Amino acid sequence: MNDASPAMAAVSVTNRPTSGGERAKMEVKNLRFYYGDTLALQTVSLPLADRKVTAFIGPSGCGKSTLLRVLNRMYDLYPHQRAEGEVLLDGKNILLPSQDLNLLRSKVGMVFQKPTPFPMTIFDNIAFGIQLFERVSRGELRDRVEAALTKAALWGEVKDKLSANGLSLSGGQQQRLCIARTIAVRPEVVLLDEPCSALDPISTSKIEELIDELKSEYTIAIVTHNMQQAARVSDYTAFMYLGSLIEFDNTDKIFTAPSDRRTQDYITGRFG
Amino acid sequence: MASYASRRIGNNVALGLSLAATLVGLFFLGAILVTLLLKGFGAISPRIFLENTPPPGSDGGLLNAIFGSLAMTIVAIVIATPVGILAGTYLVEYSRGSRLGEIAKFINDILLSAPSIIIGLFVYTILVVPVGHFSAWAGAAALGLIALPVINRTTQDMLGLVPNALREASAALGMPKWKAMTHVIYRAARSGILTGVLLAIARVTGETAPLLFTALSNQFWSTDLGAPMANLPVVIFQFALSPYADWQRLAWGGALIITVAILALNIVARVLSNIGSVK
Repeated sequence: MNDASPAMAAVSVTNRPTSGGERAKMEVKNLRFYYGDTLALQTVSLPLADRKVTAFIGPSGCGKSTLLRVLNRMYDLYPHQRAEGEVLLDGKNILLPSQDLNLLRSKVGMVFQKPTPFPMTIFDNIAFGIQLFERVSRGELRDRVEAALTKAALWGEVKDKLSANGLSLSGGQQQRLCIARTIAVRPEVVLLDEPCSALDPISTSKIEELIDELKSEYTIAIVTHNMQQAARVSDYTAFMYLGSLIEFDNTDKIFTAPSDRRTQDYITGRFG
Repeated sequence: MASYASRRIGNNVALGLSLAATLVGLFFLGAILVTLLLKGFGAISPRIFLENTPPPGSDGGLLNAIFGSLAMTIVAIVIATPVGILAGTYLVEYSRGSRLGEIAKFINDILLSAPSIIIGLFVYTILVVPVGHFSAWAGAAALGLIALPVINRTTQDMLGLVPNALREASAALGMPKWKAMTHVIYRAARSGILTGVLLAIARVTGETAPLLFTALSNQFWSTDLGAPMANLPVVIFQFALSPYADWQRLAWGGALIITVAILALNIVARVLSNIGSVK
């Protein structure tokens, strides 16, 4: 499984991790997803390599966000949505009903399309998440908040106004606050659902730099509509179309020599 | 050209009619307020806040009635607020799509528009008849029943305005639902829910019919919630219908006090909801 050739046609059934043979942190196996009776994902399988960035691209409605929302079982908030198949996190199937959802989500964090700061101070936005899972002293809490904000490249901008409301920040700052909040609880996997689509180019480039820094510590999955962004930040890219995984490979390969015609049409802008 | 002219005429007619309708509404509102101010202002003096309701033919104040209204409103709101907020929370956050939830929402909306005299009669049969006498507790219960659906409904509306992204973001951190509710969602909806409570207070302070059946009134100073208690709406009702000039003057004064209090509550509610919507 580990040494399968990347040149092999990657139509969703093979479970190759990656050409480098890195360990897969998460593995999606034969995943099917339903909104009520509508099948939204048809038998998707792919790995998320440990401490690498995997990008999901494809036209709107292709199922990439749906797939991301399976990885932390966000869909569980809604009745009538269900997943079949397996999603392994360190070899354990998280789709089992016995999975503790709060524990799962503390390991698999998520940042959304629109910034969603909580209606509380900047400090509390981050401290609150930490205190959900750990009892820490006041001093340690401060250190953890500072570390998270520093990692999210926001500390310099907010260190003098930690008691200001999180909603008073600009959109780009709010999104970095949300990233800081997510990594403050020390997850193992970070899911980014179009994290830059509501941001201007400068904020976007800050967040892209941040993703590059974060991948040394976290396994990252990012959904994006921006193909340049996928090409810039990711190690692996999955192209999805109409609920199916069409091609999954090294990002370089996908963007220079895709094996599927549809992938090529999409990245060259012929549709989508 | 002809069609343009006819459209312009149609436009002017519609505009004229709606303007006239607005003016009619505003005229009567203005007339009520002006009359109230003219007649009531003369009755307002320190005595009205310092002395109890007088016997017929003599001068006095409204102290016991003001106290009674305050006491019963406070008891009513203290009971109705937690029940209303919790019920609204259940209906928005926990019962989504369930049959029980849909039925409860529907019934709450009926209760919201139920005539207050029927609520008074209902409380009369269960809290006054068995006990054998009128009481402030029964009055507070009737007012609470009127406030409850108002608070429930505003809580539903305000929680409905909280973006779903905030619920997902809370869950994505691994936050248990109760914690997300108490620390994030209520916080986001706080000013709106508070506005609902203030509007409920404004609604119940002017209610007369349910109090006639329950607290009745009391000519004397009383702080016993188990006994009949004076209150502004019923005192206004009695005094305004009386033949005594002193009583009639006090009724105008009481009406002005209630109106100003309700106006103030509405303004505060308005300001609060503006603060809430700005962020």
